[in-house]
Amino acid sequence: MVTAVEPPAVSPGTGTGRRSRRGTGLMFLRNRKTVTGLIILAFFIVLAAIGDVIAPYDPSATSPVGLQPPSADHLLGTTSLGQDILSQILVGTRGVLVVAFLAGVLATVLSVLVGITAGYLGGTSDEVLSLVSNIFLVIPALPLIIIVTGLLPSAGGLTIALIIALTGWAWGSRVLRAQTLSLRRRDFVEAARANGESTWRIILFEILPNLTAVIASGFIGTVIFAMLSEITLAFIGVTSISDWNWGTILFWAQSNQALAMGAWWWFVPAGLCIAGVGTALTLINFGIDEFVNPRLRSTGQNAKVLRAKKIRARVGFTPVLRDTAATAEPSSGRESA
Amino acid sequence: MRYLLRRGAFYLLTAWAAITLNFFIPRMLPGDPVRSLINRFQGRISVEATESLYILFGLDEERPLWRQYLDYWGNLFSGDLGLSFAYFPTPVSDIIAQSLPWTLVLVGLSTILSFLLGTMLGIWVGWRRGTWADGLLPVTNFFAAIPYFWIGLLAIALFAVVWPVFPASGGYDGGLIPSATPEFIGSAVYHGILPAVTIIISSMAGWILGMRNMMVTVSSEDYVTVAHAKGLPERQVMIGYAARNAILPNISGFALSLGFIVGGTLVTEMVFTYPGIGYMLYQAVGAKDYPLMQGFFLVITLSVLVANMLADIAYAVLDPRTRQEA
Repeated sequence: MVTAVEPPAVSPGTGTGRRSRRGTGLMFLRNRKTVTGLIILAFFIVLAAIGDVIAPYDPSATSPVGLQPPSADHLLGTTSLGQDILSQILVGTRGVLVVAFLAGVLATVLSVLVGITAGYLGGTSDEVLSLVSNIFLVIPALPLIIIVTGLLPSAGGLTIALIIALTGWAWGSRVLRAQTLSLRRRDFVEAARANGESTWRIILFEILPNLTAVIASGFIGTVIFAMLSEITLAFIGVTSISDWNWGTILFWAQSNQALAMGAWWWFVPAGLCIAGVGTALTLINFGIDEFVNPRLRSTGQNAKVLRAKKIRARVGFTPVLRDTAATAEPSSGRESA
Repeated sequence: MRYLLRRGAFYLLTAWAAITLNFFIPRMLPGDPVRSLINRFQGRISVEATESLYILFGLDEERPLWRQYLDYWGNLFSGDLGLSFAYFPTPVSDIIAQSLPWTLVLVGLSTILSFLLGTMLGIWVGWRRGTWADGLLPVTNFFAAIPYFWIGLLAIALFAVVWPVFPASGGYDGGLIPSATPEFIGSAVYHGILPAVTIIISSMAGWILGMRNMMVTVSSEDYVTVAHAKGLPERQVMIGYAARNAILPNISGFALSLGFIVGGTLVTEMVFTYPGIGYMLYQAVGAKDYPLMQGFFLVITLSVLVANMLADIAYAVLDPRTRQEA
C-alpha cells in the first residue's frame, strides 16, 4: 500500500452528457454482482430497522430451559442461560449496521476532505496532509483501537464508530489524492479555472462528480473494515458487552464454552450473518470496480452464450457482444482487439 | 537513492509519532491504571509502595509532563518497557520476548504459504478468465468477507470437538517443557496446524483476487499479444510475459503483509489460546495491563514500519520507474 496499485483512471469524458449518463447508470444496475449485493444488503437493512419488533423474545431474558438446539419454540436454539439466539441476532443487526455505516460515512468525509484538498492545492498543504495520512496508514489500526477502547471505561456504539473512523480514513484519502492529481490538469478543469470560477466551486462541481465511483468504492471498503473491527472488538470483550450485536453473541458463546459443548447454533448463525453482509458489500464493490475498469468485467457469466456463438474468451481480447439492447455500452468499454 | 532517503526520513517521523502516541494515549484518556492495580491488591500495598508504583510506571504526578516524556524515551532506548501489571514483577520486554517467536513462526509460515498458493491460483484464474475457473471468485469473495476468528471457531468445532483430530488450544503439549527436543517440536507443529490452516484459508482470498485482477489487466497489453502472435507456448506467455509483469503489486503487498505477521492475526491466536502476541494482548486487555498493551502496540507498530520499508525497497528494486520519479 506504499506505492502499490494506482487505481484505474476514471474517464471523465463519459457520463457528462445527459444521454450517456442514463446509459451508464442502467449498466451499473444491470451488473448481476451489484444487484445481488444490493438485495442481500437491503435484507439486512430491513432486519436492522424492524429487528427488535419481530424478535420473538427479549434477547437478554433468561429462561430455565438452558442450552437447547434449534426447535420450533426457539428457531436458532438458546444460550446456556436460555436466551433466544434468533432474537439476539435480530436485535443485534441494528448495532452492527449503524456503527459500520456511521464509521464509513465519517471516515469517507474525512478522506474526501483531506485527499481532494491535498491533491488539488498541492504544495505545502499537500506535503503536510499526505504526511499525516501516510502516518495514519502505517500505524496498525486494530491494536490501536483495542488499546484505546480497552482504556475507556465502557465504550458504546458512537465512541467505537468515532475511533474506527479516525483510524480508517487514510487509505481512501490516498487514493483520492492520486485521482485528484490526475484530474486537476485536465482540460475541463483548466477551462473552469480560466473562467475564474472559485476553487471550491471547481472542487465541488468539476472534480468531485468525477470521483464518485472512487469515493463510493472507498466508502464500502471502509464499511466492511468498520463492521469487522466492531465485531472483533465486541468478541474480544473490550466494548460494552450489554449492547447486543453479532460480536457480543460470539463473545458469550466463546466465554461459555459453546465450542467444547458442540453448541454450533450459538456461534454459526452470527458468523453467517457477518459473512452475508460482508459478501454483499464486496459484491457491490466489485460492481463499482468493473464499472470503473471495464477490463475486469467477467466474461464468465455469459460463457454459455459465448460458446454458443463460437467465441473463445481468451487473454488479450475482450469480446464485446453487441446485440440491440446493449448499445448503451460506454465508449471506454470498447477495446481494440 | 534520494527516494529511499526520503522514505527513510518518513519512517523515522512515523516511528516518532507512534511512540509519542503510545506515550500520550494512557495520559489523555480517563481512568487511572495504577489506581486499578492498587484496587486489585486491596489493602496489601502500603502508601510508600503506591508512590513507588506511580514512579515506576512513569505516572508520577509531581514530575512535569515533558520530564516524563524524556524519561520514557530514555527507558525505551535502554529496552525498558516497564513492568507488567498482570504478571506483576515480570518486565514487559520479557513477556514480549517470550511470545514473539511463537507468532513469528506460526503466522510467518502461514503468510508465506498463503501468498504462494494464492498467487499461483490467481495467475491461473486470471489467465483462464471466462471458464469455470471464474466460479472460484464468489468462494474466495465469501472467505474474504468473514472475520478470521470465526473460521477459527468453526475449525475448532469441526476438528477438535466433533471430530477430535487436532488440539483445540495451546501451542504445545502441557506436559512438555519448551526445548529443542524432537518431541517438543513435533508437539508444537501438531498444535500449529489448525491455526495455520485457518490463517491460510482466510488470507489466501486476497492474494487470489489481487493477482487475478492484475493478470486480467496486464494480459490485454500489447507485449502479451505480441508473445501470442510469435507463437510462443501458452505456458511461457502466461508465466514469462503476463504473470511476470502482473506480480509486482502482489510482491509489494507481500512485503507489507510481513508487517502484519506480528499484529494482523491477533484474534486467531486469541481463539486458539496460542501463546503468541495476540493471545498475550488479549490477556493484557482483560487484566487492564496497560504497560503490556503499550509494549505490544510498540512492537506491532515497529514491525509494520520495517515491513513498509522492505516493501519500498522491493518496489524500488523491481520497478525502475519508481526510482526515476523521485
